[in-house]
Amino acid sequence: MRRLIAILTACLLCTPSVVDADWLAFRGTDSTAVADAAGPTSLSATSIEWTAELGGRGLSSPIVVVDRVIVTADTGFREDQLHIHCFDANTGERLWERECRATGRTSCNTKSCVAAPSPCSDGQRIFAFYSSNDIVCLDLDGNIVWYRGLTHDYPNASNSLGMASSLVVVDGTLVAMVECDAESLTIGLDAATGETRWKLDRPRMANWTSPIVMSVEEGDDLVLVQSGQGVLAIHPMTGETVWNFGGGASTVESSVVSDGIVYVPSNGITALKPDVEAEGGVASLWTEGALAPGTASPIVHQGKLYILNGAGVLVCADVETGERQWQLRVGGPFSSSPIAAGDCLYVVNEEGVLSVVDVSGEEGEIISTYSLEETVLCTPAIVEGAIYVRSDNHLWKIANP
Amino acid sequence: MKRQIMFIHWRVVAAVAIACAGMVQSAKADVADAIATIQAIGPRGEGQQAAVTAAEELQAADASALVEILNALNSANPLAANWLRVSFESIADRTVKSGAEFPQQDVLGFFANHDNDPTARRLAYEWAITVEPALEEQIVPEVLNDPSSDMRRDAVTRLLEQASDLRAEERPFEAVLIYKKALTGATDDDQVRAIVGPLEELGHPVDVCHHFGFLTEWTLVGPFDNTDMGGFDVAYGPETSFDLTATYEGQLGPVTWETFKTEDSYGVLDIAALTEPHKGAITYAYTEFDSAVEQPVQFRLASWNAWKLWVNGELLFAREEYHRGMYFDQYIVEGALQPGVNQILLKVCQNEQTEEWAQSWQFQFRVCEQSGRAIYPMDAAVSAN
Repeated sequence: MRRLIAILTACLLCTPSVVDADWLAFRGTDSTAVADAAGPTSLSATSIEWTAELGGRGLSSPIVVVDRVIVTADTGFREDQLHIHCFDANTGERLWERECRATGRTSCNTKSCVAAPSPCSDGQRIFAFYSSNDIVCLDLDGNIVWYRGLTHDYPNASNSLGMASSLVVVDGTLVAMVECDAESLTIGLDAATGETRWKLDRPRMANWTSPIVMSVEEGDDLVLVQSGQGVLAIHPMTGETVWNFGGGASTVESSVVSDGIVYVPSNGITALKPDVEAEGGVASLWTEGALAPGTASPIVHQGKLYILNGAGVLVCADVETGERQWQLRVGGPFSSSPIAAGDCLYVVNEEGVLSVVDVSGEEGEIISTYSLEETVLCTPAIVEGAIYVRSDNHLWKIANP
Repeated sequence: MKRQIMFIHWRVVAAVAIACAGMVQSAKADVADAIATIQAIGPRGEGQQAAVTAAEELQAADASALVEILNALNSANPLAANWLRVSFESIADRTVKSGAEFPQQDVLGFFANHDNDPTARRLAYEWAITVEPALEEQIVPEVLNDPSSDMRRDAVTRLLEQASDLRAEERPFEAVLIYKKALTGATDDDQVRAIVGPLEELGHPVDVCHHFGFLTEWTLVGPFDNTDMGGFDVAYGPETSFDLTATYEGQLGPVTWETFKTEDSYGVLDIAALTEPHKGAITYAYTEFDSAVEQPVQFRLASWNAWKLWVNGELLFAREEYHRGMYFDQYIVEGALQPGVNQILLKVCQNEQTEEWAQSWQFQFRVCEQSGRAIYPMDAAVSAN
């Protein structure tokens, strides 16, 4: 018995698990882009804890898994060499790197690249996804667990402008949106084996939004899939529709969920609440046309809704009504989405200027900025007070000195 | 007594040796089985679960598995190839970091054999220079005409640096020679442009269109109706009864075939400019390719428009996407050429979008080796020689 306890204890100690000190997907583990611990408030050169060299192209977000920072990139004239880099989060030391070859088309507009979709993790495995619709699953030591080539499987599933939808893993199902003008689909794969659990034929319409997680009270998480037609809430295990909002939505920026309300980029922002009595199983609470996000996805933090519009203006609104409360020019343009920690929002523009916006007062205030002096298109990760952000060439860890 | 001890000792050694040999044989069999399971991976997750177990077993192997994996890459489908190459990297990485012996000579031997898969050879090269960085200096100058486009790219990069230095030293004659040498290995458009620009500045213009092998002469017929993009799946006359002398009923009346030749340096055939900028319309484009031999090829094309491609009457691919960009070698379609004249028929569909950026109705087409080198029709090859 004692031996059994010892073995179980050892297993528990050796098995990585999802902890708060991780940031497991685009806009965080729960798709809210909000971190538990406060981040840096004063940025300077001394805030750069370490810098790691990257090669090639990449605008995917870094993720942080059990003290490892995972970043994807692509290289080669055709951008068909697909890389996964793993760094020690504490030191910036490169722990390993793996490379696959694209089996799908790699054409992209010049601003984007094949390593545009962000990877995700369930704490034990890493799932990397590319515009070529290749998915590779590795363990935390860089061993391959499985691999799928979705354009190899579905030859017209691609977008000549490039794909950018990120992955999400929910309750053992990895959800990938491959939505385009031709063979448009969203697929749920068994996270352990890569086998197909379900596949949905989706509207034939180019779509760069990402699936997000919606936690519901019963603990039965849903996945929200957004397209030009609206938002579909699906059960991750079966792909079955739970509710359907058909009022149209953006095909660029993604929704955000807070306290059971979904804030959808639809006619500005539309707030939705699941309601079995309502049409489609979801009720519209309010729509505010003045809240028009640019490329960045909205965020809810400390009871306020924020959007970054196309003019580089951060707008704060009441979550209950959508009424605008204040706005602040933060200087765009932005491809990345804001993240939040403590009393601050963090935004990084395409010129690589990272701004810290204090949102605790009546009005927002930029309290610190720092230029990374490189083009930054990714949404940063923030874990235990440290921000991880990448350009094509570098990955930075930024924290209070 | 001493003899007895020696006898026992010999028996123990023999037993251990046999056991070890058995274990080695068993390990080899395990590796072979794991590789075979991974190679059986098919589309849409076929064989996925078995491959997960096999990959775990394979990555537990030691460095002796590395060359077996490289050899397996020669016959792996694109999906299996990625399982195998990451398995190779996992084992190689572990081997190098642990200080265990890396099978450098075997890996280099695999790289040296040009019959091996080009991408697998590149993998072998990358790990060989990881183990022995000085090899890069020896190998790269020798790979300008390597079957691997990745290897050639490195060689061209080096020559471009040399040529640039020579220009900076005001030695234009020598620079021209280096640029021309580099062009013989260059198949990536960015490198070709980096060669062609300086050569033109130095008074040595290059026929880029010929270098890439763009097919520039096409016989067109149209327009056929594509209102509401409804013509993509309609089989008009050129699909059902192909005849270059026929008159077909088109969108606006009877239509006949007419031959056009593009003078664009990148072989872009602009249907809207050469004919009329019809909207909601379809044009069929036909050309012939005289091949000396039967050969596997890649048809590489680019278009803003939806298209279908037939070669010798067989539909190879259909793509229904409009105005999402047009890029060099945007689409790569695997196929084959027969000896003699091959018939190439392309259906190019224009929709009715009114935006300024949605008016293009054009395509670019070439025939290539897997490596991206142009394959020329016999008459062009003769004239090039």
